[in-house]
Amino acid sequence: MSYLEYNTKFVPTGFRKLLYLNWPVVMLLIAVASFGFLMLYSVAGGATNPWMEPQMKRFAVGMVLMVIIAMVPIWFWRNMAFLGFGGSIILLLGVEFFGEVNMGAQRWINLGFIRLQPSELTKITLVMFLAAYYDWLPNNKKSHPFWVLLPVLFILVPVFLVLSQPDLGTALLLLMGGATIMFLAGVHWAYFATVIGAGVGAVVAVFESRGTPWQLLKDYQYRRIDTFLDPSNDPLGAGYHITQAKIALGSGGWTGRGFMQGTQSRLNFLPEKHTDFIFTTLAEEFGFVGAFTLLFLYLLIVAFCVISALNNRDRFASLLTLGIAMTFFLFFAVNMAMVTGLAPVVGVPLPLVSYGGSAMLVLLVGFGLVQSAHVHRPR
Amino acid sequence: MKRSPKDVMDSARTISRRALVMGGVQLGVVGVLGWRLQSMQVEQADQFRLLAEENRINIRLLPPARGLIFDRNGIPIADNEQNYRVVMVREDAGDIGEVLARLTRLVDIDPDDLTRAMDEMQRRSPFVPVTIADRLSWEDVAQINLNTPTLPGITAEVGLSRVYPAGADLAHVVGYVGPVSDYDLSRIDDSDPLLQIPKFQIGKSGAENKLERTLRGSAGTRRIEVNAAGRIMRELDRKEGEAGKDIQLTLDSRLQTYVQARLEGQSAGAVVIDLENGDLRAVASAPAFDPNKFVRGISVKDWTDLNDNKYRPLAAKAVQGAYPPGSTFKMVTALAAFEAGVVAPDETVYCPGYTDVYGIRFHCWKRGGHGNINLHESLKQSCDCYYYEIAQRVGIDKMAEMARKLGLGIKHDLPLSAVAQGLAPDKAWKSTVRGEEWRIGDTVNASIGQGYVLASPLQLAVLSARIATGREVTPRLIRLINGVEQPSGMGDSLGINENTLRRVRASMNDVCNHRRGTAYRSRILAEGQEMAGKTGTSQVRRITPEERAAGVTKNEDLPWERRDHALFVSFAPYDNPRYALSVVVEHGGGGSSAAAPIARDIMLQALYGGPPPLEAYPSADRDRIAEQQKRIEARIPPGARSRSQV
Repeated sequence: MSYLEYNTKFVPTGFRKLLYLNWPVVMLLIAVASFGFLMLYSVAGGATNPWMEPQMKRFAVGMVLMVIIAMVPIWFWRNMAFLGFGGSIILLLGVEFFGEVNMGAQRWINLGFIRLQPSELTKITLVMFLAAYYDWLPNNKKSHPFWVLLPVLFILVPVFLVLSQPDLGTALLLLMGGATIMFLAGVHWAYFATVIGAGVGAVVAVFESRGTPWQLLKDYQYRRIDTFLDPSNDPLGAGYHITQAKIALGSGGWTGRGFMQGTQSRLNFLPEKHTDFIFTTLAEEFGFVGAFTLLFLYLLIVAFCVISALNNRDRFASLLTLGIAMTFFLFFAVNMAMVTGLAPVVGVPLPLVSYGGSAMLVLLVGFGLVQSAHVHRPR
Repeated sequence: MKRSPKDVMDSARTISRRALVMGGVQLGVVGVLGWRLQSMQVEQADQFRLLAEENRINIRLLPPARGLIFDRNGIPIADNEQNYRVVMVREDAGDIGEVLARLTRLVDIDPDDLTRAMDEMQRRSPFVPVTIADRLSWEDVAQINLNTPTLPGITAEVGLSRVYPAGADLAHVVGYVGPVSDYDLSRIDDSDPLLQIPKFQIGKSGAENKLERTLRGSAGTRRIEVNAAGRIMRELDRKEGEAGKDIQLTLDSRLQTYVQARLEGQSAGAVVIDLENGDLRAVASAPAFDPNKFVRGISVKDWTDLNDNKYRPLAAKAVQGAYPPGSTFKMVTALAAFEAGVVAPDETVYCPGYTDVYGIRFHCWKRGGHGNINLHESLKQSCDCYYYEIAQRVGIDKMAEMARKLGLGIKHDLPLSAVAQGLAPDKAWKSTVRGEEWRIGDTVNASIGQGYVLASPLQLAVLSARIATGREVTPRLIRLINGVEQPSGMGDSLGINENTLRRVRASMNDVCNHRRGTAYRSRILAEGQEMAGKTGTSQVRRITPEERAAGVTKNEDLPWERRDHALFVSFAPYDNPRYALSVVVEHGGGGSSAAAPIARDIMLQALYGGPPPLEAYPSADRDRIAEQQKRIEARIPPGARSRSQV
């Protein structure tokens, strides 16, 4: 449907739109973010600085941004999809040439007024762009090889740019996010089967290439994989992070050691305790009850998004909502799998909880789009 | 662009269907995550909790204070001294070079120590305190404390280190401590975690070594919480260890110092036994060494000096030395013969100056012989032929048995290093150890304490003590452990006929107090303090028939290491024995000339508990003795002097 066909008569206008927001999602976002504030307060040793206060400010800004985006009709965002995606690619290229090197990886671009992580932004713009693509593509052409190859290219361009930073985590998230949209749009099963088969082959290739001059991943990435396969081999070296994370997590028990009582994070045994590994602090202090509660809140957010998408007859809107829900899901699932030792340590933050501006802003922008789709759904 | 309703409917259905698939997959993943959390946090929680505690808690040992060693009068002979050292924490110091430069301007620090400390600081984490200098004087510490503001990261710490106030005088008995080495760890079977502390001080020799377990005490523990870098965050709890037990020895440090001083210049050993309870009043070996040097780490030069000295300062001759006892053994031969009843008390033996035994001629020390001689005269004049004869009658096995009864050839159980067993040879010994048959000549040699017979000064003192009391005197070195009295060394009667013993004692009395006795010149004149004794001169070389024909070479004309050992055993007062002693002067010449005078001086010091009146000495000697007393008295530390009067 083009926006001309929207039955705008039933779409709320002005500030009345606020009433039509997906309020459960808003509440859940605040709840999850509050978990984050608590944990940041705790890992700072009971202080609002240096992490909790800036995080709260960013969340407030993000929420305002989300509402503003929600106020703007969804068809406007659909028309912006190409622009957004193109801009992201340009920014990624910019990082490649003018980016700041931080912790061994080139991820940031300094625009003067804000230090931006374009790879984060790309997670949303890619989903938007693919949703718009399938909205535009007639339904009967979606499994045609050419129309399949095209979006694959759209996905692979940013994936390779991100990989070269190098940021394996984001690259995987982009790949999986993009593939999800294609899957949801209804691309034929056979393509996915082929790609999964090829993926397995690629994994084999990655391992086979190790140690040769054309090896595909950086040494530290190989080591992370080794560590993942058996962290106990090198508990003080490569496996240190994951071993310490598991110790902290496991020692939480049923109800945890209590707020601010986590010994592992307090004594700095935990690496990156305020960013990627913040979940371990939470699990240590609030135990299984706290950890599972957070997991359940995340699941509820995804569920409300999926329900919203299923109730939305607009193709772009529902694909976009599902895509963003999937991106969000990938964030927390990969992060939790990582800190519980189910997946390699790839550097994915825990959404809305980990300290960090880019990821939070981008996610709230994404939820802004979800809200916009919800508010402006055809009725 | 207008879309067909079919297109819209189809895609909506596809999206719904696939969204449900996606939701299903997501639910599955969340299920796996939830299961993982449950298994880690609920099922394996205890295991992870344990690992977390291990991560967090470190146990540090608190070394206990080592037990002190006192002499019988409570004078410390092994003490713990406060030891000041400068410690630096790199991260607090800022500019290390600048701070160290300032420090060296204030106190004198060995440049080697400085470079070693710098190396260590670079190696260790920045928050680990590194010792820069050790054993600083109080003045240095005051200097550092005064300048604390300009010396960031520098602190003066106090620890305990072992010190031996008596220095060399008790070195052989007390021994010394030193840092535990890998060699020590491989040799001793001790699981005490204290030994794992680097540079932990353990006893290396003497009583310090033998009483190590008593003196060491047990470790306290301190549980501390550390962070991932090992930095101490806080102390969780502290369990004080048990300090080592204090030990009081039976030694009288004043007498000990006197004996050491009296032996100075000789290679000698002397032992004084208290006949009331077997207490060792003095166990002296000369020359000695300063044990404090070993505690601090002895220099190579000092070590070579000690090792190359032909007088062997490191050897505790009083207990480790084994010498042919010479004529001091004659009491053993006599008592064995009388107990066996092979000789009548007043039976005489003819001494022509030699005895022929199966074609081998054994000489008496007196060329012309003693003529007809009985037990009393033979001991007094130390005739050899009398003993050649009675030994052949009684046989070596009975002699060896008597020797062991009197404390020779057995190892006395003392907490000292390498206590010598000596040797009271018998037939069985020779056949098992040497694989040879015992010959009658061996018996003849043994009868006068030559041949295979070996005894330490300690054993000779015990011999004298047992003859004096007729009881089984066991030497005792430890008086109290933590205030608990140790068993007395006075045993039961030896079961030797009292009349025989009395005869032997009377003869020993005449050795000193009869004009013709071999130690008459070293008699004690004081009424009621008379000393009884026996001289001994043991050969360390063979006298060839040619030499004997030409006249035996005088000791003075021989090189030191070929001269005779001089020995003397005695007890006093004769009619109510209080002390027994032995003196062995290695290669000192004659027992009567070299050992007896020393023995008398020591005995008088013991009897009077300090310098004796000059009237106790023969008038001719008094001037010389007064001189000697003045010289030695100056060496005795005032503390020891005043305390011993109490």
